[in-house]
Amino acid sequence: MARQHTFSATFTPAYVLRTLGAWAIALLLFFPLGWLMLTAFKTELQAIAIPPELFFKPTLENFYEVQERSDYLLYAKNSVITSVVSTLLGLMIAAPAAYSMAFIKGKHTKDILMWMLSTKMMPAVGALVPIYVLAQKSHLLDTQLALIIVFTLSNLPIMVWMLYSHFKDIPHEILEAARMDGASLWQEVRMVLLPLAMGGLASTGLLCLVLSWNEAFWSLNLTAARGGTLATLIASYSSPEGLFWAKLSAASFMAIAPIVVFGWFSQKQLVQGLTFGAVK
Amino acid sequence: MSYLQLQGIEKFFGEHRAIKGIDLAIEPGEFVVFVGPSGCGKSTLLRLIAGLEHIDGGKLSLQGRDITHLSSSQRDLAMVFQSYALYPHMSVFENMSFALKLAKEDPALIRDKVERAAKILNLSDYLQRTPKDLSGGQRQRVAIGRAIVRAPKVFLFDEPLSNLDAALRGQTRVEIAKLHRDLGATTIYVTHDQVEAMTLADRVVVLRDGQIEQVGTPLELYDKPANQFVAQFIGTPQMNVVPLAQLPVGVHQQAPAGAAGGSMGLRPEAVQLRTGGQGAIAGRVDLVEALGAETLVYVSTAEGATLVARLSERTTLVAGHTVTLDVATEHAHWFDPSGRLVRRSHDHSATLA
Repeated sequence: MARQHTFSATFTPAYVLRTLGAWAIALLLFFPLGWLMLTAFKTELQAIAIPPELFFKPTLENFYEVQERSDYLLYAKNSVITSVVSTLLGLMIAAPAAYSMAFIKGKHTKDILMWMLSTKMMPAVGALVPIYVLAQKSHLLDTQLALIIVFTLSNLPIMVWMLYSHFKDIPHEILEAARMDGASLWQEVRMVLLPLAMGGLASTGLLCLVLSWNEAFWSLNLTAARGGTLATLIASYSSPEGLFWAKLSAASFMAIAPIVVFGWFSQKQLVQGLTFGAVK
Repeated sequence: MSYLQLQGIEKFFGEHRAIKGIDLAIEPGEFVVFVGPSGCGKSTLLRLIAGLEHIDGGKLSLQGRDITHLSSSQRDLAMVFQSYALYPHMSVFENMSFALKLAKEDPALIRDKVERAAKILNLSDYLQRTPKDLSGGQRQRVAIGRAIVRAPKVFLFDEPLSNLDAALRGQTRVEIAKLHRDLGATTIYVTHDQVEAMTLADRVVVLRDGQIEQVGTPLELYDKPANQFVAQFIGTPQMNVVPLAQLPVGVHQQAPAGAAGGSMGLRPEAVQLRTGGQGAIAGRVDLVEALGAETLVYVSTAEGATLVARLSERTTLVAGHTVTLDVATEHAHWFDPSGRLVRRSHDHSATLA
């Protein structure tokens, strides 16, 4: 009797509707990704079959072929190197910048921060020609270095902003106390600031890693078969010779899988970073 | 040459001259308190001494060595912050030993020093905890402990008690006084609370608007304030300051010539209530504050002045009663219209009596 009472109290019509609605929206959002995963395990014929087949004998053929035809591992390596190196480089530049803005505030600190953010408001394509020409003249086209430089620079405003907001939450007096205790600037940073800002550094790094990994515009325009990232690999399957849905899906699947798994394990840090230190 | 010497110290914040040429000499072992209303520059002055702000003019020397432009880490001073500023990611032990570790002292010696300081401060049981697991009073003691393990040349305290509740504040004040007596360390202490200043200090420095108004022992400031500002800042309730024009002629005539157009200052204990109507000044009771050990009676006079009288006995007076007052003019302070003290020719004999 008591259990029945609880049952009807929990499953009110409003509750059921809300739950169904939430599931419907979640499935709708997940559908393209789910379909992509399904298609990756189909043959090309199954992939374009009408009506679409939900139940089929899965094949790994596409994955072999993607590796065979376009050397998945090379692109994956490029993706890892460009995103990791640009993130580390970015942190090394952004952390001192954010330190000075958070703790040695000048008259124009706010303006500089706004100006940095404003560079993110310009469409990337606006800078395409000059950057392409620069890369060409310095023989950096189709190299990892070109992407590392561009990723680092384009992520810097976000990194400075995020680190700035994390550093700002650290009471200045704690750093002053370290100074009074005889710490040099380097000791103050290494033994007090960095341990306290670890969460902020991690979430900033994670976000920029994801942004660099997913970056497509510059990869497509500056690199190809040698320095290209996984984004270039995916794009190569939608070519003038025709659309290969199954292989395109397999390539996409392999491109996003690492970062999805990575994101899954670090989602706590990521969410913390995205709330920008609003909640301590 | 004094131990710590400030000569013409200046500080500008943009165009604003926040510290206006401070000269001060502090002797070894002295407990000096900077006191003043908020915005007077007392914390800024402390931060200039600490090296946390850049000194824009003048010279600061410690034991004869010019430290004006030395960084904080090279001055060998310790500071206790208002917010305690403990390192949240370190244990109490690590907090207290941080400076010694930076100075690369022998670990066994560090342990010894920290344990001794912890014992003095009743922190021995908390050495492995982190600051977030401590109460406010314990955090305060860790902050003090962090300063004393180093045996620095000067201790700097920046309003260390203002985050504590009233009971703990009184208790910690006593502990700080005891600690200073035991360690004999030179100390500069900033507060806006004149009771802290009076109870802790060997010498009090009263600051206003970036300038020193007066330096002296607590009782010197109480008995011989240099001007109306110090007179009214030190002492609770405030010294009565009455314009001469609002005083009866009999009292008025006793003012020295220089005080013409100025006012008379009188501590509340120098105002005597006369119930029989034989006092020199007639007035009406506005408010009676019975504090137990003493009673404060606020009276407004027929001439429009307001005076507070401090009585050591209890009273049946209530608001609305008419009373008469006598003022002990031999204890009066006379101020000219700009608030400067005017000395009477026979001032000397008055203080002796």
